[in-house]
Order: sequence, then C-alpha cells, then structure tokens
Amino acid sequence: MIIAARKPLEEIRNMLAGYKRILVVGCGTCVTICWAGGEKEVGILSSQLRLASSKDGNELSVMEAVVERQCEKEMVIEELGDKVQEVEAILSMGCGAGVQTMAELFEEKPIFPALNTTFIGMPEKEGLWLEMCGACGDCFLDRTGGICPVVRCAKGLLNGPCGGTRKGGKCEIDPEKDCAWVLIYRRLEKQGRLALMRKYYEPKNYRAVKRPGKIEALEA
Amino acid sequence: MEKDGKIIAFCCAESAYRAADRAGRLRIRYPDNVRVIRIPCAGRVSVLHILKAFEKGAAGVLVMGCQEGACRHLTGNIRAKERVKYAKDLLKEVGINGQRVKMVNFGPDMAQKFAREIEEMAEKIKEE
Repeated sequence: MIIAARKPLEEIRNMLAGYKRILVVGCGTCVTICWAGGEKEVGILSSQLRLASSKDGNELSVMEAVVERQCEKEMVIEELGDKVQEVEAILSMGCGAGVQTMAELFEEKPIFPALNTTFIGMPEKEGLWLEMCGACGDCFLDRTGGICPVVRCAKGLLNGPCGGTRKGGKCEIDPEKDCAWVLIYRRLEKQGRLALMRKYYEPKNYRAVKRPGKIEALEA
Repeated sequence: MEKDGKIIAFCCAESAYRAADRAGRLRIRYPDNVRVIRIPCAGRVSVLHILKAFEKGAAGVLVMGCQEGACRHLTGNIRAKERVKYAKDLLKEVGINGQRVKMVNFGPDMAQKFAREIEEMAEKIKEE
C-alpha cells in the first residue's frame, strides 16, 4: 500500500493562509492504514487548524470529509457532493494520486496536499511501515526469495551483497537496517535455492515503465 | 484560552471517578472550575477528545486513570498515557503549552490526590 506522512502544521497553515473556509478531505484506504490521512487524522488536523487560527485571532471554518478511495472519481463525487461549493479551498489528506484526482474534478478550487507521499510499503508492526517496492515495472522478486534489493538494499544492488555488510548482517549505511542481500541469502537457503546466488544479473531495465505510467486492461 | 477557563477531568469509573466521589464525601476543597467526565476506562479517551476540549474553550485537560498494572481492561491506562503524550506534541505544534494536558494515575481511595491534581492544574493555568 501507499505510505505517506503528514506535513508539519506550519507548512500546512502557510499553504492555507488567506482562506477562510476550507474542506479537509481524508482517504479511507492506504493513508488510513498508515495513520496519515484517515478519519481520525482528518479530525486531529482540523482541530489543530481551528485551535491555531483561533489562537491567532483569525476566523477559519473547517469542514471535514473522508472519501473511501480518494483516487476514484466516482467515490469522490459521491462523498463530497455539494460540500465543495461551500468552501474556498480543499486540503487533501490523500496520497499524491488522491490530490490530483480531486484537483481534476474541482478545477476551480485550489487543492493543497497535507501529506508527503513517501513510498509503497507494508506495516511491520504497530506504527512502523517499511518500504517494500519501488514500482520499477520490471519485477525481480522471483530471483531473490521475495525480497526486493532494489529498494531494500541501500545501494539497490542486483548482485549483492556489497563489501560493506556489517557483522550480524546489518547494512553499512545504516547499522539499524538489515542487509537485504543477507536476508535474501537466508531466504534462498531455507528454500534450497542458493544456486540463484551464483547467477550474475545484467543491469535492470529501469525504463520498463514509461513515465507517466499507463496501463490499459485488455478487456476494456 | 481564559485564565479562569475550565479544567476537563476525564475520570475512569474504576478509580479516579471514585476518588472524586470520595473527595466530595470527605468535603475536600478543590477549584470549582473543574468538570468531571465519567468514562468507563482511561483508554476510552482519544486524542481527539482532548483536542476538542481545548477547541471548546477548556484551559486544561486531565486524563485520570487507574494505577499502572491495575487497569480493569488491562492496558487502557497505558494507552491513555501514550495518547496524552501524543496530544502534548499536537498542542505544542499549535502553540499551546503541552503541560496543559496531563495523565494522572489513581487508586479509588486517593481523594486527596484528586484534589491536589486539580489544584496544581489550576495553578499552572493561572501562572501562564
């Protein structure tokens, strides 16, 4: 899923300077799971904005809404309906795709991002999310026991490990992190597929996805 | 935020609320600007409850739960402690002193402590 983190309040307030009526829109999918832009976070940010503006003596009317999936136009229209007409600006707590979906739907209103969209990852434990996929468009996981060296190795090596692996299988760049290639070795060892470690892989095709990416379903 | 603004005390029904009740029965004096809200467990208090209290004009918020290890719902008071910590950071971001919100742990018979905590918060608010 997509992982994001909220921007500092000051940055958000600077974006909203001059607007008196705003709508804060959360998303009920990825950013809810990573505690960045779900219903609860919408409530917290809205409350903070109200408190901060009343402390400064400014009037700010903050409306709140949460769309099940902010990156789907139908869902955004269904949830927001006429609410958008009542406000001067929209603050999106969705990922970059959500922000842009709304920007396309409500062209006449300025849309501001409240989050920094950071990576595709998974929850490791409560409150901790790790990057797992770089969306490179040329998946390599069949050869690495399901561990992606492109994003999980600090150097993105396809033929690892590098010479800097620390004792205990930690990364030389960050001793807190596991060396992805040590993890790959151990995984392949468990599966009896260590022969894969001896293979040499040519440089990856980093142009597999032409940006901006576009996929059309065959049946569409 | 008024200096004589209200103090909201979220009191766990198992401990702090009983302590508040006992303080009343023992005629212990404490500031009258406190509003006691009875909750089933300190773990029921969310960060949003705390922020909303300030939004509605509260000058201070106390989250009062059982002593650590004595929560009837096992970890409600621990979760409340974490939430209060988080709320402090959120309030600081807004420019409100984080000390305006506090987690306190109680036994049901600690009526004196209940009164003392309310007094301390009231003092803190006046000092600012």
